[in-house]
Amino acid sequence: MSHHRTSRCVAAAATALAVAALAACSVPEPEAEAAAAPGVTDTTVTVGTHQPLTGPAAAGYSSISAATKAYFDYVNDKGGINGRTIEYVVKDDGYNPATTQTVVRELVQEDEVFAVLNGLGTPTHSSVLDFLHQNEVPDLFVASGSTGWNEPETYPNTFAFNADYVTEGAALGQYAADELTGKAACVLGQDDDFGTEFLEGVELALGADGLTDVQTYSVSNQDVTAQIGAMKAAGCEVVMLATVNGFTALAIGTAAQLGWFPRWLSSSSGGDYPTLVGFLGEENGPKLLQGFVSTNYLPMADDEWVELFRQINDDHNGGAPFDGNTIYGMSVGYLFAEALAMAGEDPTRESLVEAIESGKLVGNGVVPLAFGPDDHAAFRGVGITMVNEGVQDFVGTTYSVDAETVEAVEPQPVPLENEGVPAP
Amino acid sequence: MDRLVFLLATGVARGAVFALFALSLVIVWRAARVVNFAQGAMAVVAVFVAFGVTAATGSYWLGLGSALLTGAVLGVVVERGVMNHVPAGNPLPGMIVAIGLVMVLQSGLGMLFGPQHRPMAAPFDERPFQVGGVPVLSPYDVFVLVVAVVVMGVLALLFTRTSLGLQLRASAFAPEVSRLLGVRVPRMLTIGWVLSSAVAALAALLLVPTELGLNAHSADMLFVHAFTVAVVGGLDSPVGALLGGLVVGVLMTLVTGYLGATVAPVAVLVLLATVLLVRPAGIFAAIEARQA
Amino acid sequence: MNRVLPQVTGTPRILLGGLALAFLGIAVTFVLDPYRNYQLAIVAAYFCATAGLSVLVGLTGQLSLGHAALMAAGGYGYALAASLVDGMADGGPGTSGDEGTSVVRVLAGLAGAVVVSGVLGLLLGLAGARLRGPYLAGLTLALVIALPAVTAVLRGVLGGDQGLRAPYEDVPPALERLVALEQWHAWIAILAASVAATGLVLLRRSRAGLQMRAVHGDETAARLSGVPAGRVKVVAFVASAVSAGLGGAVLCLVTQSVSPGAYSLAFSLLLVVAAVVGGLGSLGGAAVGSAVVVLLPWLIESVTTALDLPADLQQRLSGNLAVLVFGALLVVVTLAWPGGAAGALAARRAARSQQPPLTER
Repeated sequence: MSHHRTSRCVAAAATALAVAALAACSVPEPEAEAAAAPGVTDTTVTVGTHQPLTGPAAAGYSSISAATKAYFDYVNDKGGINGRTIEYVVKDDGYNPATTQTVVRELVQEDEVFAVLNGLGTPTHSSVLDFLHQNEVPDLFVASGSTGWNEPETYPNTFAFNADYVTEGAALGQYAADELTGKAACVLGQDDDFGTEFLEGVELALGADGLTDVQTYSVSNQDVTAQIGAMKAAGCEVVMLATVNGFTALAIGTAAQLGWFPRWLSSSSGGDYPTLVGFLGEENGPKLLQGFVSTNYLPMADDEWVELFRQINDDHNGGAPFDGNTIYGMSVGYLFAEALAMAGEDPTRESLVEAIESGKLVGNGVVPLAFGPDDHAAFRGVGITMVNEGVQDFVGTTYSVDAETVEAVEPQPVPLENEGVPAP
Repeated sequence: MDRLVFLLATGVARGAVFALFALSLVIVWRAARVVNFAQGAMAVVAVFVAFGVTAATGSYWLGLGSALLTGAVLGVVVERGVMNHVPAGNPLPGMIVAIGLVMVLQSGLGMLFGPQHRPMAAPFDERPFQVGGVPVLSPYDVFVLVVAVVVMGVLALLFTRTSLGLQLRASAFAPEVSRLLGVRVPRMLTIGWVLSSAVAALAALLLVPTELGLNAHSADMLFVHAFTVAVVGGLDSPVGALLGGLVVGVLMTLVTGYLGATVAPVAVLVLLATVLLVRPAGIFAAIEARQA
Repeated sequence: MNRVLPQVTGTPRILLGGLALAFLGIAVTFVLDPYRNYQLAIVAAYFCATAGLSVLVGLTGQLSLGHAALMAAGGYGYALAASLVDGMADGGPGTSGDEGTSVVRVLAGLAGAVVVSGVLGLLLGLAGARLRGPYLAGLTLALVIALPAVTAVLRGVLGGDQGLRAPYEDVPPALERLVALEQWHAWIAILAASVAATGLVLLRRSRAGLQMRAVHGDETAARLSGVPAGRVKVVAFVASAVSAGLGGAVLCLVTQSVSPGAYSLAFSLLLVVAAVVGGLGSLGGAAVGSAVVVLLPWLIESVTTALDLPADLQQRLSGNLAVLVFGALLVVVTLAWPGGAAGALAARRAARSQQPPLTER
């Protein structure tokens, strides 16, 4: 009998000890101290992100965070910003909103990051908007073209980065109207906000009845033969794509198999030339992509920024493949570094947000940044790019889009200064 | 009308692959009375091997051969190494173990090869022939159909006309009696798994070039489609697998073509549920088999 | 455990047990920090689904590979019902959030969750009653794979890939000084888990539970004895579905969102792992399994980060390594310890007391 009593006492003691240990290694911090500048010490600044490193969406995006990290390593080697090195904590959410919730909570409550940077994905990031807002964490430069990040009233700490899908659709639609006048235009879009907002933009430029056919596809079904067949039958000559890279390739490839070669105009999300060649093959890719039109708002091809980024990629990113994602990741890093520098010698979360809203950030895009107290969108216009003989570059046409109109403007690329390290 | 012909032709081509994969499920069911939920994952491993071999040697046919070989070896390994230790009589542990295998295989592939889709080239042209201006089947589609029909024919002959086939069927149907009559029942079981796994590998290999690319999850939907085919045709019936494959392939392509790609998985679910509720053991299955 | 208050037996004992566990859980939340409380809430939500699945598989032998879809049904039911109530409140959506938790909203949400998951469970149960094991498994597999497509087809109501948002429930003003947000949510989760657990235990000990075990053991004999086998299987399915739906509702409340991405095939398989590792049919096992399934990936992640591997390898390992371990666990546990953790514990207890183990399943 006493045997059992002893063992029960032992069990109870063990449980108590375990609970105490668990509690001890997770003592909540007193509110006051940590509030002002969590993640900032005299020598470091820590920022975090959630990215799909695994899972079905990873294929297109897993290289972005590595590129951003490489850029931060470069800046840290040059002394950092205001004497502080930038630490980048990257957490995998597998493009699953439930996991995003968990990892973002880890970032804010466990890793105590200064800000969340470049959170990727529309469904994933939407699920953490409220949490970040409630905890007053700066939510910078979301990696998604949804229009939902530009809501200063509801989410004053959230800032967009990508030119949104409406802007892209409008720019491509206007380009079709200007350069491919009279040709029957169609849209193939993803069956979610990406597709619907892109279509909205196209209709802004071409009018609600300016399209001959509209098709949608679902990422869960890797067969677009039916949709391509339908557009071919409808007589489309210009096809605008709101597709991710894999499906852009699938669409172009399937159409080629059917002996159909319309003009392809794609959103930047699915318009990266090296990636598409990877899907279509070295042999057929360049031929099928001749004349391929897309959009971009960041530097590309023979640009001094691109050269710098290539160098950083070789030195700090283990020579990983260099493509649009690399330029994107490093540009995001640059913009953050610029904002951090402008946030002052002793940055706080408030001063960081103020710096961005001041409108004085320059960035490195071909279109000026639109940040302001009432506007949390970064790029309100895009440049048109085309593939010619295996090289994808700007054609010089740039469009600026606002609520009602699409206007052709002059591109305003930012010259490279201070070797790509922002000065305070 | 053009569109209909095109969709029907594409449906037949897709259906041939479903039928082949469903056939592999039928084989393992008839041999071991098990629905191998890990069939898709095992097949993808074989396709990865084929991809590697083709990349190294430049020959599609060597890749095909290595896929079949890998499938066969995997069949032996899984059957002898894992399934053999599962207590018989209750289908539940076998299913759970298969699920565990799927997780191990897919995550293993993910760790070794990463998440990207690797495009696979087809050995024949994928541009369709035009019959009277309407695109019908491509040389590759014809190849797939031919392979599927040939394999099914060979297996049918094997099962009905050869002594080995008789032994295989006997071992599954009446293992005790067969053993008494000198049939090496455990070996028959292994052979059944080997055949099934090799055929599944072939089916997956034929499918991947028509998709986005090779990836650890390439065969998930294929398994669901093939399972639907096997259910429609009856898990016991090879002929059912063939006809079921054509039916499901054409149906799915028509749905995607007229209702949109989004609806496709829902259509599969509806079809599966309908068939299961109306004829729980399949449209073509023999009545006796249902009780097993 | 049986020595505590031995005079109370049967249903009141079970109810008391449920209450006691709930109080214990709530007490624990006071020593945990916000992030751990969030994890606790997640474990409680997973427990609801795992417990339901464990009872279903353990008692009636019906394997469901689509329990994630049932959780999703609960989540969507919660979001729709709670948002509906929110919209009807004075001043429109969002205004009642400032006053803490709206009990009406939460109860309406939970009711919605129970209804939707119950209906789906009924449909599946009716199908399952007619189907043999692998066929039901295949049907549920197709269901969970079709979930994103279903939400896309019904985009107007279900929001497609984006999913739906649920109203935010803050800590009630009365408790504001005492309790943090995550802790409050953990309380709600623990309460829901206790309700689910109590319900399942009551079911297991009832006549219906006995009938379920009879059907599982030998369906023909059970039928001959007058047990309505079909109906029994359906009841089991509905009970497990409602339990899963509660779990989904809790997840929706804690995260304020529900989307198909959160309820994938991978997640469904994870629930199976939790049920099997814990021990099919055992609720204590379900609790252990749920904790393992939530904490093990976090543990593995910490280990791989600490090892400081090259970024590329790290990326490939993250996520995949946990799945590999779970798959291996599933295979090993099924072959070596078919009773799972609970079974092993019972065997050890029996061996020590040198009596045949009570099949307390």
